[in-house]
Amino acid sequence: MTQINVRVDGASYSDDVEPRTLLVHYLREQLGKVGTVVGCDTSNCGACTVHLDGEAVKSCTVFAVQADGSEVTTIEGISSNGTLHPMQKAFHEMHGLQCGFCTPGMIMASIDLVKDNPDPSEDEVREGIEGNLCRCTGYQNIIRAVQQAAGEMSGRTAAADTLGAQS
Amino acid sequence: MTLVEEPAAATPEKEIGRARRRKEDARLITGRTTWTDNMVLPGMLHLAIVRSPVAHARITNVDVSAAQQAPGVIAVFTGADLAEEQGSLPCAWPVTPDMVNPGHPSVAVDEVNHVGEAVAVIVGRSKVAAQDAVELVDVDYDLLPVVLDMEEAVKDGADLVHDHTSANTSYHFVFDAGEAGTGADTEQAFADAEVVVSRRLINQRLIPAFMEPRSVVVQPQGDNYTLWSATQIPHILRVMLAMVTGVPEHKLRVIAPDVGGGFGGKITPTPEEVLTLLVARRLGKPIKWTETRSESLMTAHHGRDQIQYIDIAADREGNVKGLRVRLLADMGAYLRLITPGIPALGAFMFPGIYKFPAYRFECDGVFTNKVPTDAYRGAGRPEATFAIERIMDELAVELGMDPLELRRKNWIRAEEFPFTTVAGLQYDSGDYDGATQAALELLGYDELRAEQQRRRESGDPVQLGIGFSTFTEMCGLAPSRVLGSLSFGAGGWESASIRMLPTGKVEVVTGSTPHGQGHETAWSQLVADHLGVPFEDVEVLHGDTAISSKGLDTYGSRSLVVGGTAVVKAAEKVVAKARKIAAHLLEASEDDLEFSGGKFSVRGTPGTGLGIQEIALAIFAAHNYPEGVEPSIDAEATFDPENFSFPHGTHICAMEVDTETGFVKIRKYACVDDVGTIVNPLIVEGQVHGGLAQGIAQALYEEAVYDADGNLTTGTFVDYLVPSAADLPHFDTGNTVHEATSNPIGAKGVGEAGCIASTPAVVNAAIDAVRHLGVSDLRMPLTPERVWRALHEGGDGAGLPPGPDRATAGTIAYGGASTETSSGVSTDASSLGGDR
Repeated sequence: MTQINVRVDGASYSDDVEPRTLLVHYLREQLGKVGTVVGCDTSNCGACTVHLDGEAVKSCTVFAVQADGSEVTTIEGISSNGTLHPMQKAFHEMHGLQCGFCTPGMIMASIDLVKDNPDPSEDEVREGIEGNLCRCTGYQNIIRAVQQAAGEMSGRTAAADTLGAQS
Repeated sequence: MTLVEEPAAATPEKEIGRARRRKEDARLITGRTTWTDNMVLPGMLHLAIVRSPVAHARITNVDVSAAQQAPGVIAVFTGADLAEEQGSLPCAWPVTPDMVNPGHPSVAVDEVNHVGEAVAVIVGRSKVAAQDAVELVDVDYDLLPVVLDMEEAVKDGADLVHDHTSANTSYHFVFDAGEAGTGADTEQAFADAEVVVSRRLINQRLIPAFMEPRSVVVQPQGDNYTLWSATQIPHILRVMLAMVTGVPEHKLRVIAPDVGGGFGGKITPTPEEVLTLLVARRLGKPIKWTETRSESLMTAHHGRDQIQYIDIAADREGNVKGLRVRLLADMGAYLRLITPGIPALGAFMFPGIYKFPAYRFECDGVFTNKVPTDAYRGAGRPEATFAIERIMDELAVELGMDPLELRRKNWIRAEEFPFTTVAGLQYDSGDYDGATQAALELLGYDELRAEQQRRRESGDPVQLGIGFSTFTEMCGLAPSRVLGSLSFGAGGWESASIRMLPTGKVEVVTGSTPHGQGHETAWSQLVADHLGVPFEDVEVLHGDTAISSKGLDTYGSRSLVVGGTAVVKAAEKVVAKARKIAAHLLEASEDDLEFSGGKFSVRGTPGTGLGIQEIALAIFAAHNYPEGVEPSIDAEATFDPENFSFPHGTHICAMEVDTETGFVKIRKYACVDDVGTIVNPLIVEGQVHGGLAQGIAQALYEEAVYDADGNLTTGTFVDYLVPSAADLPHFDTGNTVHEATSNPIGAKGVGEAGCIASTPAVVNAAIDAVRHLGVSDLRMPLTPERVWRALHEGGDGAGLPPGPDRATAGTIAYGGASTETSSGVSTDASSLGGDR
């Protein structure tokens, strides 16, 4: 057992973990952060994506001990005071989810994508979320959601964009 | 086409037809979902399964002593330990009276028949402890011959999957329209035909690959059990588990909480559900089992997997005269809930939307040493649609006709509905011309055809092709009597109940259990309109046998058509009861009351009256209500429609094929579906998108591949290619609306449409792109290597002998008749070795 100190969704934790424990299992089983889910064994599906010190990571590729001293944000930590994150809101408005199992990871990956590229094209979103699999939506509405949220996160609105394109 | 927006003030009072954002999203986007694997119960133990690494063997010894001694291990059970109580997993669809069912143990006792079959179960204090001990179980296997190739498996003297059976054929099912009285004599039609085109098509094995791995939790409380499972069928599961394990049905509560995808992949009672229940009963403790993705791909059932021999007869003018289909359908090693019924269901769909005068269908269900097949999105109908839409293209080429013109010449015209097909189904409504015209416009057909011509003439290394798929499906499963006539073991009705609560809020209980389809939203819309209450005041409950005792669950695009109608019927009963009470309270005759916008008012005085939500409170107080009326407003209804519903559509794919690399890329995809009444356009569009993704994936990416020893070589998401956003195109979708006549909503079902129609559209498009270069067939999935081989080596690119005549290379016995096929065909697996 190894002791780790992490901040998760704004709260501090000090825990003993087996060195082989993956971050996703630490989050789910020791902290009860079950909003982050496990979809595969091979880091292909991205369902377990969280932010580690602000960067999206697949939490099944990170050992819990590697998160020692770090700040972890999960899907449970991105809303504030009951207000949805623009990405959450956009997934809802654009019907970017069906069964919802991939959704937490998809939202976390998309937030990171928009942070790096505040105005992604459709192709850039497709490439950007390539590491997150969805079996329900065919992705089209996810892409619309990411683009809408990108606009909102950078303070633009779809209407302003349209006007800009026309002028 | 833009996403449908919520309509503005045009008809604000109407919920049906409105693009309501989904109620269920709130928990799903915030990570507050109740997946089964989230369950933690006091004292809960964890189950892990020892699985066979070989495809076919006799078990000579299972040594669990080391595992029993391992830290954190509570118990280990072998097949022999559980032999007495495990029963056999059920198969509810004996398609013929003499169908052979070898039985399906949840944990192997003497013999294993596919890689991944359970051999022992380990119970640990933690999941990790149980999984660690899996490695310590020592099993001795006496290897047996492995049967993988269906064409080999049905030959006389073939090695047997089950040595207590006489052959690998489970059943031989025949539908002959001439004998059934729904068509002419097929052999005569072929004898008289001017043109006959034949193909041997492979509809490859697929993996449903729902995103949420399966998970089961069982909590015993005395001799009562609560079982949570990531299942599509909590109601059916309860009945089946009671029958299999002997736990009385009334002492078993099954809950399907949030379920992360299904696509048919969670439609069958599984060995793991049985084992978790048995172990919980043995130990009297809560037990959880959650699969890894590798376990899922290896042991949850697969779909499709047919070899299709299809012959079409026509005259020179392009009028179709007859259709003959012979299938080998891979059952895998065992029969699960509806394994044998899938190809039989498809039998009725091979004639598609065309007016065939004659039709004969034969199918052998074949055992192999692979995991069982069962339902996967569309279940039998995608396979049928693929075959008919492929052969229509080949017939068009043979006749020198435009493929769309050939279809137009033969499909049922709008004015001919209702139309009884050669397969005996009555299609109720539709307009194939209308949907096709709309799809052509959506695609920009003329421009793309012109570009195709330019590319051909210039010898562009990147060629363009356009492929059609016009389709219908028998949907909304349904009519119980008809299902009975097809030997299906259950009916097709659905139930609903509606309870008006004292505060006027409404609880809707549905027997239809969603896994992403948005029932909570759509059912709320139905109830809001029919009761005249706000959408927000409706709560939809599902997936718990203690709450909804009656249900037949969710599959086959039946939810809205059958389950939604049950909700509407329950709402009508609620209104009828509220009317009695309103008449009493308003001191008026029931006949004088109008009901509109949730309010009862005496005819001619619309400003006055009594709201249904007010009546709910009045009846709770129960101070004043009519004699002979029970003091509550609730109602239950079931619905069992008289006919299936028949959504249809036209899908068109424009495809670029790089002739130098074999790489294919969808340039544009347009489809127009007619799913009848649309309750929620947002949900309908989403269902179409998801279906398209899965259908395109069959054409381009996905295949479950076994090697020559029966190992699944596509056992992880590294090897089994579920497409990502970067792999899929933008979809242009649209709808026409012709209401179904078999249910009062007019809905036809949408869940499977995209998946059924897209596969042949994509393959036809790819072939269209390179046909002038000598390619007349391509085998799915269209990997670059396959396409390159087809272009440079001939055939369908899968390593088979080249040319359309390869079907005459050899002869095998088939169902008493003789069928031409290739000799020395390599197995599915070995021919794919280098593909990925």
